Amino acid sequence: MPDYKLRINGTSYKVNVADDTPLLWVLRDELHLLGTKFGCGIGQCGACTVHFEGAAVRSCLIAVSAIGKSEITTIEGLSEDGDHPVQKAWLEHDVSQCGYCQSGQIMNAAALLAENPKPTDNDIDNAMNGNICRCGTYVRIKQAIKTASNQ
Amino acid sequence: MTKIQTQYNRRSFLKISAAAGGGMLIGFSWLTGCVSEGKNNEALAIPNEWFDINGYIKIGDTGLVTIYSPNPEIGQNVRTSMPMIVAEELDVNWENVMVEQAPLNTGFYNNQIAGGSQSIRKGWNPLRMAGATARRMLLEATAKELGVEVTALTVANGIIKEISGERTMGYGDIASKAVGIEVPEVVELKDIKDFKLISTSVKNVDGKNIVTGKPLFGLDFQREGMQLAMIQHPPAFGMKVKDFNEAEIKAMSGVSNAFIVDITVPEPGYFDEKGFLQLVAIVGKSTWQLMKAKKALKVNWEQVSELEDSEMHMKRMEASLASEMRESRKDGDPAAAFKKAAKVIERTYSAPFLPHNTMEPMNFFAHVTETSAELVGPTQTPQALEGSVSKLLGLPIEDVTVNMTRMGGGFGRRLYVHFGVEAAAISKKIGAPVKLIYTREDDMTQGTYRPAYLATYKAGLDENNNLIAFSVKGTGLPESPVFENRFPAGTVENYLAEKASTKTNITTGAWRAPRSHFTAGAEQSFLDEVAELAEKDPIEFRLELFDRAISNPIGNRNDYDAQRYAGVLKLVKEKSNWGQEMPGIHRGVAAYYCHNSYVAEVIDIAMEKNTPKIKKVWCAVDCGIVVNRDAAKNMVQGGVIDGVGHAMYSQLTFKDGATQESNFNQYRLIRHSQAPEAIEVFFVENDIDPTGLGEPGLPPAIGALANALYQATGERHYHQPFMSFKSVKG
Ligand code: FES
Ligand code: FES
Repeated sequence: MPDYKLRINGTSYKVNVADDTPLLWVLRDELHLLGTKFGCGIGQCGACTVHFEGAAVRSCLIAVSAIGKSEITTIEGLSEDGDHPVQKAWLEHDVSQCGYCQSGQIMNAAALLAENPKPTDNDIDNAMNGNICRCGTYVRIKQAIKTASNQ
Repeated sequence: MTKIQTQYNRRSFLKISAAAGGGMLIGFSWLTGCVSEGKNNEALAIPNEWFDINGYIKIGDTGLVTIYSPNPEIGQNVRTSMPMIVAEELDVNWENVMVEQAPLNTGFYNNQIAGGSQSIRKGWNPLRMAGATARRMLLEATAKELGVEVTALTVANGIIKEISGERTMGYGDIASKAVGIEVPEVVELKDIKDFKLISTSVKNVDGKNIVTGKPLFGLDFQREGMQLAMIQHPPAFGMKVKDFNEAEIKAMSGVSNAFIVDITVPEPGYFDEKGFLQLVAIVGKSTWQLMKAKKALKVNWEQVSELEDSEMHMKRMEASLASEMRESRKDGDPAAAFKKAAKVIERTYSAPFLPHNTMEPMNFFAHVTETSAELVGPTQTPQALEGSVSKLLGLPIEDVTVNMTRMGGGFGRRLYVHFGVEAAAISKKIGAPVKLIYTREDDMTQGTYRPAYLATYKAGLDENNNLIAFSVKGTGLPESPVFENRFPAGTVENYLAEKASTKTNITTGAWRAPRSHFTAGAEQSFLDEVAELAEKDPIEFRLELFDRAISNPIGNRNDYDAQRYAGVLKLVKEKSNWGQEMPGIHRGVAAYYCHNSYVAEVIDIAMEKNTPKIKKVWCAVDCGIVVNRDAAKNMVQGGVIDGVGHAMYSQLTFKDGATQESNFNQYRLIRHSQAPEAIEVFFVENDIDPTGLGEPGLPPAIGALANALYQATGERHYHQPFMSFKSVKG
């Protein structure tokens, strides 16, 4: 199995895994960065969302061999101490229920705001539609994104 | 103040204290990481020493307090609201409270289960008692220390003061002395009007850990030397595994073992529901390698019972509904009343099987040795899991430990214990600690599904449009959805409820608000049609019925309080400005009582590009005392979205015994753009002991949605899902 050098959250890691191993399982099984969640494995739920050079991607669909030198950010690297505006807004609106989908929701929302600091309701719906929340926290997520966009 | 008898004794305290202090919970570092943090900047220093006051409360020498949350956390937020109740009676600053998950201890804690929205209702008295008992013991210890009577002392926010004197004592200073105090036989509880914490809004104690991605869930659990495992079950209900290409699989990279496990337990109980008792298990180091090994499996299956499909399911239910049914309640003479009615209306409703689809797939950690079994993971009923593992392994129950992690959703799915039992069986076979992981496909294609239902409602009106006859008959696979003593029973002189059930080999179980999610939708949309036929406003029509149930109830088995039921309807009417025309807005209403709470909802729909869009949902809730206000709102909002979503989009269909949907590319769950734009929640304020909210917000949403859709489109919806209903009912 080949060695891969990865840049994750500003740190370099070396892993030895099969070339088709999805980034999700490298993060979870090899690096024990457990904030990135497994929900479907086929790019349909958004639980595994991370930033790939700043853009939100589904880590379950990205093979480790496709990463190269690209900078990856996971929920653990989004901020020093949970003080990213999106994380703060999430706490202010007490969004979480079970909480399982939320790191994916937050990573997606943070990427959206980085690209579009004042999204409309429509922009939010379009950007967030790939992130499922079975607990039904969608209304609060939208409110939190709006709060964060005003920071 | 209310005085209540304490219901536990010193011995049970000591037992649990020993357990808590002895490392049953905090002995391994992973769970310690899951302790919620002190919640503000002034949080007290971490103590050098902790004193167990009772099994719910531990006080540190700095005054920091740890409260154990006894029940499983599935997102209903009991890890915050249950400790709040203890903290209220203990009279301590919430900022100085940390929360830890209690271990399973059936001898001490009451009802350690997440089911039926009962955590708060059943926990209310024990939790208040735990807080009040500890406060009393701290007071007694202080009185002794200062040489005064307890009556000369007062307490607020964790500081005990002399009433006429200067001396004070912090809980942290006296905790060590309180440990030896005799547990009082009677304690005084606070007056409800003196509550400082209860009914305020307290933030989720795990909020920060969640938004920073801390490992809180079962799937995140790690243990040194732990292996991973996956299972493969037969492709269809009615099939069984015979053998598989064992040698080939074992030779694959990253696979350490592969075998067939049998999880048959002697005398299985309700929580042991599982369609496939023999499974192929593959063990290895990494999830991805196991997933690849699963794909390389070549298994020989054998058919052991009929392979069912959705058409067959509907035919069975229709035949069952047409056959002789079991009468479960009859008031007056329904047959005669229908005969003389001026108008009669009859409608039939159906709903499909549904998987739970918790976002965290099923998983469990197990470490089984010759003499013990340790399990860690997401379970709504640790006690049932402990029992089943003990039976499977033939180990005494004392040698089985179960610790609960936070759960990425429950909704009833994690009341079934097979995935924990499977983990134990695999661990025993390999003689090492293991974490079993389901893929989404495993999760969705071998569920304990919400049963499928079919029911017919019939109503008769006299020439003055009064409801004089009502009947409901319902069947399902494999249970009837009918609650014979619920509204409108008790409001109609001539009433008939009939039940039947039909067989299936599909495994089913509790799914958020069992049966109520169906009956609320069917009954409340039917009543909307009856009100229309009676030319009455749907809220006024219902209120008239409740007036009858208040002044002159029919029968004495009605299982609702008509005043409280009418109360939520009146509140939602007022808050939503019901009756006021709003251009472009089409409204529907529903009210339902289940799991001891009352909820009425109004849904406002606008048609946008020919598609219905929910603009706003108004909810009025009577759950007695509201423990944690904003969290209670969150629960109701979630229930509404969940109800609307499943009624609109979700269904699990079968062909040749196999589900036709196995992941989110085929199975539809509601998404951001389909969610209501706003949901407002209002509470009836009263002093009634609190009841739960995990489920009651969901059922009325389905009725209110159907009724609003009718106003918006002129079309009635009888069969779920409303939006993609295809072949199930012709
Ligand atoms: S796990 Fe990657 S999108 Fe669902
Ligand atoms: S909070 Fe539970 S799935 Fe989103």
